[in-house]
Amino acid sequence: MIQVIAFYLFATLVIASGVFTIMSRNPVHSVLWLILAFFNAAGLMVMVGAEFIAVLLVIVYVGAVAVLFLFVVMMLDIDFAELRAGFIKNFPLGIAIALVLLAELVLGMGAYRAGILELGTPDGTAAPLLGETNIESLGALMYDRYLFLFEGAGMILLVAMIGAIVLTHRDLKTTRGHQNINKQVSRRPEDATVMKQPEIGKGIEL
Amino acid sequence: MELHSSLTLVLPEIVIAISALLLVLVTAYVGDKTARLVSILAATTLGTAAVMVAPALFEGAAGPDTVAFNGQFYADSFASFAKILIYLAAIACLLIAPSFFNRLSAFKPEYPVLILLATLGMSVMVSAGDLITLYIGLELNSLAAYVLASFLRNDTRSAEAGLKYFVLGALASGILLYGMSLVYGFTGTTSFEGVRAALTGEMSTGALFGVIFVLAGLAFKISAVPFHMWTPDVYEGAPTPVTTFFATAPKVAAIALTARVTLDAFGNQADAWRQIVIFAALASIVLGALGAIGQNNLKRLLAYSSINNVGFILIGLAAATVAGLGAMLTYLAIYVVMSLGSFVALLMLRDAEGVPLETFDDIAGLSTTRPAIAWCLLLLMFSLAGIPPLLGFWGKFVVFQAAVEADLVVLAAIGIAASVIGAFYYIKFVKVMFFDDAVDRVQGKSDAGHWVLLVLSAVIISPLGYLAMRWLGGLTDNAAAALFLAS
Repeated sequence: MIQVIAFYLFATLVIASGVFTIMSRNPVHSVLWLILAFFNAAGLMVMVGAEFIAVLLVIVYVGAVAVLFLFVVMMLDIDFAELRAGFIKNFPLGIAIALVLLAELVLGMGAYRAGILELGTPDGTAAPLLGETNIESLGALMYDRYLFLFEGAGMILLVAMIGAIVLTHRDLKTTRGHQNINKQVSRRPEDATVMKQPEIGKGIEL
Repeated sequence: MELHSSLTLVLPEIVIAISALLLVLVTAYVGDKTARLVSILAATTLGTAAVMVAPALFEGAAGPDTVAFNGQFYADSFASFAKILIYLAAIACLLIAPSFFNRLSAFKPEYPVLILLATLGMSVMVSAGDLITLYIGLELNSLAAYVLASFLRNDTRSAEAGLKYFVLGALASGILLYGMSLVYGFTGTTSFEGVRAALTGEMSTGALFGVIFVLAGLAFKISAVPFHMWTPDVYEGAPTPVTTFFATAPKVAAIALTARVTLDAFGNQADAWRQIVIFAALASIVLGALGAIGQNNLKRLLAYSSINNVGFILIGLAAATVAGLGAMLTYLAIYVVMSLGSFVALLMLRDAEGVPLETFDDIAGLSTTRPAIAWCLLLLMFSLAGIPPLLGFWGKFVVFQAAVEADLVVLAAIGIAASVIGAFYYIKFVKVMFFDDAVDRVQGKSDAGHWVLLVLSAVIISPLGYLAMRWLGGLTDNAAAALFLAS
């Protein structure tokens, strides 16, 4: 029973925060809602017994979103004074959200201890190894059965990296002037100046 | 032991991958000076890989001995045929690149490295025996292709081509993945063998949707109508050597992949996918022929020509017989030679400063000013139009023969009628070169590599090529039989 309650709580919050992510006008708020969505999705993963994916979701996505957050803050012109202005007014709301998160945490752990949600019986190559943890099951598949594809995915990442560098890397020398002492010292007056004897009224051609 | 035999079967791919990794290091440490050396090494690697896969083709390798990594990878003679075509086309694209990029001093050693990595992806594609292998290969190839399309990053057209290709390619990948997830959901497996076994008898609507989405994603990659919109823009905007690459190697890979997916994974549902393939074939032939008529840019024209040719190739696939698949491979080989030749000729059209010329106005009266290029182009265009003594006719002939034998008489009739429409713009090419007043804009000298490739392709598609047709027919029969034996 507790699993079902926890499931509905997490699922509702994922959808609600997803909606708020696209609805809120302030990009910083969007990012915060996105983080909330990821936390709740991680909760769902815990419920079905995929702890490893839950942890990955938190580490990779929430970590990446934190970086994204920094970018948003740096790139956009956001008035922080205005953001802070409502601090006292929104304080109770903040406390409420914190309490919900705490409740989720307790409920999630409790539900997990009570046993995972049974969605169906996995079979075939996707079935987890009996009595092994998530990480061992995944590792056994990825580094054994799907070794070739794992390495192939590595090559794709390499191509992405090379591509990004090819398309954006510029030699510093060409974009900004660099001082070349040798060139400066070896410069002679006759290289830099020209003597002209222009006819009066004709102007000068350079 | 299992792993050892698997690794032996993917040895050509391992060689390409290791060579690409080493060349990346050379590029990173030594810099742009090495572009030429890296090109030569990359071409050598591809040549070595071609030699390594050749035995499987000549022996007609098929069956359980060619399966690696629990059915994720097939190293059979069908894959070998496609791989040899891909490697040779990629080598040609490495040879023609330096003189094009050097004028803009934009020849960077990343070009050969990316070509090598794209070729690795194509290699994986044509050998795929699992939906995940398919996706990994496809994405490795596409990602390198997006970068290559915008390789001249200071040229807005090139950047636009890259961006357009990337956005539409990502959309197509999404469609493909959606289809794959549906297929996986309804069959419970990603391996082609498993999907084939699961999709017998009456197919559920969900699985049908999966099949349609997978085919739509693949149709984008082979630029078959109605997923062809990106082709003219990308072909026009990308640097010409890259366009040459797009028109040859990835096309071979995507078509071979489509053939394997339809005939192996969806082999028991031929009636379901055949109507899709027949529609795509007809639409490509007609739209390729009509769309090319109004074009003034030669690269756009050749893009429509490649859409048109994909239609003929799909006719061979629609037959869904060993003969049809063999005919398709024959056509594919001839198509690669023809489009390689046409694009090399296009690369040789440059004015006195070396600026590439790519419109009809520039080649008016080419036969009086540069007769050698004009005559080679004449042969290539007549061959693309399918005029009898040339080899292009043979390709169309075997494809239509296979279609008629498979009771697709109407399809063959419409195809033949549309190929007459297509002949219009190929002949316009010849008319402009031979009968219009000479403008004498083409001045630039071309290096020996271009001449060798152009003359070689002209000789292959000339009637002399028929001497090799019996031999090629034997090879394509081997390759086609391997695919049908596997399934």
